[in-house]
Amino acid sequence: MTEEPDREDLACIQVVEIVTDYLDGALPAEEATRLERHLETCPGCTEYLEQMRTLAGSLGGRGEQSLSVEMRDSLIATFREFQRDP
Amino acid sequence: MIRVAMAYVPSRAAAEEAVQETWIAVMRGIDEFEGRSSLKTWIFRILTNVAIRTGSRERRSTPFSALAAAEDTGEPSVDPDRFLPADHELWPGHWAIMPTRWPTPDEGLLAGETRDVIAAAIADLPVAQRTVIGLRDVEGWSSEEVSEALEISAGNQRVLLHRARSRVRNAIESYYGAVTAEPVGDTALQDSDD
Repeated sequence: MTEEPDREDLACIQVVEIVTDYLDGALPAEEATRLERHLETCPGCTEYLEQMRTLAGSLGGRGEQSLSVEMRDSLIATFREFQRDP
Repeated sequence: MIRVAMAYVPSRAAAEEAVQETWIAVMRGIDEFEGRSSLKTWIFRILTNVAIRTGSRERRSTPFSALAAAEDTGEPSVDPDRFLPADHELWPGHWAIMPTRWPTPDEGLLAGETRDVIAAAIADLPVAQRTVIGLRDVEGWSSEEVSEALEISAGNQRVLLHRARSRVRNAIESYYGAVTAEPVGDTALQDSDD
Protein backbone atom coordinates (compact mmCIF):
# COMPACT_ATOMS: atom_id res chain seq x y z
CA MET A 1 0.00 0.00 0.00
CA THR A 2 1.41 3.36 -0.95
CA GLU A 3 0.91 6.14 1.51
CA GLU A 4 -0.12 9.26 -0.34
CA PRO A 5 -0.41 12.29 1.89
CA ASP A 6 -3.82 13.93 1.82
CA ARG A 7 -3.32 17.63 1.19
CA GLU A 8 -6.52 18.40 3.07
CA ASP A 9 -5.17 16.56 6.08
CA LEU A 10 -4.11 18.33 9.23
CA ALA A 11 -0.44 18.08 10.11
CA CYS A 12 0.34 16.41 13.44
CA ILE A 13 2.03 19.61 14.62
CA GLN A 14 -1.38 21.34 14.24
CA VAL A 15 -3.28 18.49 15.85
CA VAL A 16 -1.38 18.70 19.14
CA GLU A 17 -2.51 22.32 19.50
CA ILE A 18 -6.24 21.62 19.22
CA VAL A 19 -6.77 18.43 21.22
CA THR A 20 -7.99 20.25 24.34
CA ASP A 21 -10.54 22.17 22.26
CA TYR A 22 -11.57 18.84 20.76
CA LEU A 23 -11.90 17.08 24.13
CA ASP A 24 -13.95 20.03 25.39
CA GLY A 25 -16.28 19.82 22.40
CA ALA A 26 -15.26 23.37 21.49
CA LEU A 27 -13.98 22.73 17.96
CA PRO A 28 -16.23 23.81 15.09
CA ALA A 29 -17.89 20.70 13.62
CA GLU A 30 -15.94 20.92 10.38
CA GLU A 31 -12.60 21.05 12.15
CA ALA A 32 -13.58 18.22 14.48
CA THR A 33 -14.35 16.10 11.44
CA ARG A 34 -10.96 16.93 9.91
CA LEU A 35 -9.31 15.93 13.17
CA GLU A 36 -11.21 12.65 13.34
CA ARG A 37 -10.29 11.89 9.75
CA HIS A 38 -6.64 12.53 10.61
CA LEU A 39 -6.83 10.24 13.63
CA GLU A 40 -8.04 7.35 11.48
CA THR A 41 -4.66 7.14 9.81
CA CYS A 42 -2.32 8.54 12.44
CA PRO A 43 -1.28 6.29 15.33
CA GLY A 44 0.96 9.03 16.77
CA CYS A 45 -1.86 11.55 17.16
CA THR A 46 -4.25 8.83 18.35
CA GLU A 47 -1.82 8.01 21.14
CA TYR A 48 -1.29 11.69 21.89
CA LEU A 49 -5.04 12.29 22.20
CA GLU A 50 -5.37 9.21 24.40
CA GLN A 51 -2.62 10.49 26.71
CA MET A 52 -4.25 13.90 27.04
CA ARG A 53 -7.61 12.26 27.70
CA THR A 54 -6.09 9.97 30.34
CA LEU A 55 -4.36 12.91 31.96
CA ALA A 56 -7.53 15.00 32.03
CA GLY A 57 -9.53 12.21 33.59
CA SER A 58 -7.11 11.00 36.19
CA LEU A 59 -6.05 13.93 38.32
CA GLY A 60 -9.08 14.02 40.59
CA GLY A 61 -9.04 13.20 44.25
CA ARG A 62 -5.46 14.08 44.98
CA GLY A 63 -6.54 15.75 48.17
CA GLU A 64 -3.27 17.61 48.57
CA GLN A 65 -5.15 20.86 49.03
CA SER A 66 -6.91 19.65 52.16
CA LEU A 67 -7.39 22.20 54.88
CA SER A 68 -4.88 22.73 57.63
CA VAL A 69 -6.11 21.88 61.12
CA GLU A 70 -5.91 25.56 62.11
CA MET A 71 -7.96 26.66 59.17
CA ARG A 72 -10.60 23.99 59.70
CA ASP A 73 -10.95 24.92 63.36
CA SER A 74 -11.14 28.59 62.58
CA LEU A 75 -13.81 28.06 59.91
CA ILE A 76 -15.89 25.91 62.24
CA ALA A 77 -15.56 28.59 64.92
CA THR A 78 -16.76 31.20 62.42
CA PHE A 79 -19.79 29.11 61.50
CA ARG A 80 -20.68 28.49 65.18
CA GLU A 81 -20.27 32.15 65.98
CA PHE A 82 -22.63 33.02 63.19
CA GLN A 83 -25.35 30.65 64.30
CA ARG A 84 -25.46 32.31 67.68
CA ASP A 85 -26.10 35.73 66.13
CA PRO A 86 -29.77 36.76 66.13
CA MET B 1 -11.45 27.91 47.20
CA ILE B 2 -7.89 28.16 48.44
CA ARG B 3 -6.73 27.19 44.98
CA VAL B 4 -8.59 30.11 43.44
CA ALA B 5 -7.52 32.56 46.14
CA MET B 6 -3.87 31.57 45.65
CA ALA B 7 -4.05 33.01 42.15
CA TYR B 8 -4.54 36.46 43.63
CA VAL B 9 -2.59 36.53 46.87
CA PRO B 10 1.07 35.86 47.59
CA SER B 11 0.82 33.22 50.28
CA ARG B 12 -1.17 30.26 51.48
CA ALA B 13 -1.87 32.10 54.74
CA ALA B 14 -3.34 35.08 52.87
CA ALA B 15 -5.42 32.69 50.76
CA GLU B 16 -6.83 30.99 53.85
CA GLU B 17 -7.69 34.38 55.27
CA ALA B 18 -9.50 35.33 52.06
CA VAL B 19 -11.51 32.10 52.17
CA GLN B 20 -12.45 32.72 55.78
CA GLU B 21 -13.52 36.25 54.95
CA THR B 22 -15.52 34.95 52.00
CA TRP B 23 -17.55 32.59 54.16
CA ILE B 24 -18.38 35.40 56.51
CA ALA B 25 -19.52 37.55 53.58
CA VAL B 26 -21.53 34.60 52.21
CA MET B 27 -23.35 34.09 55.49
CA ARG B 28 -24.06 37.79 55.86
CA GLY B 29 -25.25 38.16 52.32
CA ILE B 30 -27.06 34.88 51.71
CA ASP B 31 -30.45 36.59 51.97
CA GLU B 32 -29.49 38.76 49.03
CA PHE B 33 -28.63 35.80 46.85
CA GLU B 34 -31.23 35.92 44.11
CA GLY B 35 -30.48 32.68 42.35
CA ARG B 36 -29.62 34.40 39.09
CA SER B 37 -26.35 32.48 38.98
CA SER B 38 -25.56 29.20 40.68
CA LEU B 39 -24.73 29.43 44.37
CA LYS B 40 -21.25 28.18 43.58
CA THR B 41 -20.66 30.95 41.04
CA TRP B 42 -21.98 33.52 43.47
CA ILE B 43 -19.66 32.33 46.26
CA PHE B 44 -16.65 32.34 43.96
CA ARG B 45 -17.48 35.81 42.71
CA ILE B 46 -17.31 36.96 46.34
CA LEU B 47 -14.09 35.02 46.84
CA THR B 48 -12.37 36.61 43.86
CA ASN B 49 -13.39 40.08 45.01
CA VAL B 50 -12.13 39.44 48.52
CA ALA B 51 -8.91 37.90 47.20
CA ILE B 52 -8.27 40.76 44.80
CA ARG B 53 -8.74 43.21 47.67
CA THR B 54 -6.40 41.19 49.90
CA GLY B 55 -3.93 40.91 47.05
CA SER B 56 -3.85 44.66 46.50
CA ARG B 57 -3.28 45.26 50.20
CA GLU B 58 -0.33 42.94 49.90
CA ARG B 59 0.83 44.64 46.72
CA ARG B 60 -0.18 41.90 44.33
CA SER B 61 -3.39 42.80 42.66
CA THR B 62 -2.87 41.50 39.14
CA PRO B 63 -6.28 40.56 37.75
CA PHE B 64 -6.50 36.95 36.67
CA SER B 65 -7.10 37.95 33.05
CA ALA B 66 -3.73 39.76 33.05
CA LEU B 67 -1.97 36.72 34.49
CA ALA B 68 -3.66 34.62 31.86
CA ALA B 69 -2.58 36.92 29.04
CA ALA B 70 1.00 36.97 30.30
CA GLU B 71 1.10 33.18 30.30
CA ASP B 72 -0.21 32.83 26.78
CA THR B 73 3.20 32.97 25.18
CA GLY B 74 2.26 30.77 22.25
CA GLU B 75 4.81 28.17 23.25
CA PRO B 76 4.42 24.94 21.29
CA SER B 77 2.61 22.08 23.04
CA VAL B 78 5.20 19.58 21.89
CA ASP B 79 8.87 20.18 21.09
CA PRO B 80 8.93 21.13 17.36
CA ASP B 81 11.91 18.80 16.90
CA ARG B 82 9.51 15.90 17.34
CA PHE B 83 7.98 16.76 13.95
CA LEU B 84 9.26 16.58 10.40
CA PRO B 85 10.17 19.99 8.97
CA ALA B 86 7.62 22.15 7.15
CA ASP B 87 9.48 21.62 3.88
CA HIS B 88 9.48 17.85 4.14
CA GLU B 89 8.44 16.58 0.71
CA LEU B 90 5.91 14.00 1.82
CA TRP B 91 4.95 14.54 5.44
CA PRO B 92 5.52 18.15 6.49
CA GLY B 93 4.68 18.69 10.14
CA HIS B 94 3.98 15.05 10.86
CA TRP B 95 5.51 13.12 13.72
CA ALA B 96 9.21 12.33 13.37
CA ILE B 97 9.23 10.77 16.82
CA MET B 98 5.80 9.59 17.82
CA PRO B 99 4.57 9.49 21.38
CA THR B 100 4.82 5.93 22.63
CA ARG B 101 2.33 4.30 24.91
CA TRP B 102 2.81 4.98 28.59
CA PRO B 103 3.23 1.92 30.73
CA THR B 104 0.20 3.03 32.73
CA PRO B 105 -0.44 0.72 35.66
CA ASP B 106 -3.92 -0.70 36.16
CA GLU B 107 -4.53 1.65 39.02
CA GLY B 108 -4.12 4.57 36.65
CA LEU B 109 -1.69 7.40 36.19
CA LEU B 110 -1.74 8.41 39.80
CA ALA B 111 -0.28 5.19 41.10
CA GLY B 112 3.19 5.11 42.53
CA GLU B 113 5.90 7.49 41.48
CA THR B 114 3.96 9.01 38.59
CA ARG B 115 1.85 10.75 41.20
CA ASP B 116 4.93 12.65 42.39
CA VAL B 117 5.98 13.48 38.84
CA ILE B 118 2.53 14.92 38.13
CA ALA B 119 2.38 16.83 41.41
CA ALA B 120 5.82 18.35 40.74
CA ALA B 121 4.85 19.28 37.18
CA ILE B 122 1.67 20.99 38.38
CA ALA B 123 3.55 22.81 41.15
CA ASP B 124 5.99 24.14 38.52
CA LEU B 125 3.25 25.64 36.34
CA PRO B 126 2.74 29.40 36.21
CA VAL B 127 -0.07 30.43 38.53
CA ALA B 128 -2.91 30.91 36.03
CA GLN B 129 -2.25 27.53 34.38
CA ARG B 130 -1.97 25.85 37.76
CA THR B 131 -5.26 27.33 38.88
CA VAL B 132 -7.12 26.26 35.77
CA ILE B 133 -5.80 22.68 35.66
CA GLY B 134 -6.50 22.44 39.39
CA LEU B 135 -10.13 23.45 39.00
CA ARG B 136 -10.80 21.53 35.79
CA ASP B 137 -8.86 18.30 36.22
CA VAL B 138 -8.35 17.98 39.95
CA GLU B 139 -11.63 19.46 41.21
CA GLY B 140 -13.61 18.42 38.16
CA TRP B 141 -15.23 21.78 37.38
CA SER B 142 -16.78 22.46 33.99
CA SER B 143 -15.31 24.91 31.52
CA GLU B 144 -18.19 27.34 32.21
CA GLU B 145 -17.72 27.22 35.97
CA VAL B 146 -14.01 27.93 35.67
CA SER B 147 -14.37 30.82 33.27
CA GLU B 148 -17.11 32.38 35.41
CA ALA B 149 -15.21 32.02 38.67
CA LEU B 150 -12.00 33.44 37.21
CA GLU B 151 -13.76 35.99 34.99
CA ILE B 152 -12.01 34.98 31.81
CA SER B 153 -13.47 33.83 28.51
CA ALA B 154 -14.06 30.14 27.89
CA GLY B 155 -11.44 30.36 25.14
CA ASN B 156 -8.79 31.85 27.42
CA GLN B 157 -9.61 29.27 30.01
CA ARG B 158 -9.07 26.53 27.46
CA VAL B 159 -5.73 27.96 26.29
CA LEU B 160 -4.47 27.88 29.88
CA LEU B 161 -5.79 24.36 30.37
CA HIS B 162 -4.12 23.20 27.18
CA ARG B 163 -0.75 24.72 28.12
CA ALA B 164 -1.00 23.15 31.56
CA ARG B 165 -1.96 19.69 30.34
CA SER B 166 0.72 19.81 27.65
CA ARG B 167 3.42 20.58 30.19
CA VAL B 168 2.24 17.85 32.53
CA ARG B 169 2.08 15.40 29.62
CA ASN B 170 5.62 16.31 28.62
CA ALA B 171 6.78 15.75 32.20
CA ILE B 172 5.18 12.29 32.32
CA GLU B 173 6.69 11.46 28.96
CA SER B 174 10.19 12.43 30.07
CA TYR B 175 9.69 10.42 33.24
CA TYR B 176 8.79 7.30 31.33
CA GLY B 177 11.60 7.98 28.91
CA ALA B 178 9.00 7.31 26.28
CA VAL B 179 10.84 9.28 23.65
CA THR B 180 12.71 6.55 21.89
CA ALA B 181 15.71 7.25 19.72
CA GLU B 182 13.94 5.62 16.83
CA PRO B 183 12.70 8.17 14.32
CA VAL B 184 9.88 6.90 12.12
CA GLY B 185 10.09 9.88 9.80
CA ASP B 186 12.75 10.73 7.28
CA THR B 187 14.39 7.39 6.70
CA ALA B 188 11.36 5.16 7.11
CA LEU B 189 9.11 7.07 4.77
CA GLN B 190 11.50 7.88 1.99
CA ASP B 191 12.12 5.60 -0.93
CA SER B 192 14.69 3.00 -0.10
CA ASP B 193 15.74 2.16 -3.63
CA ASP B 194 19.40 3.05 -3.18
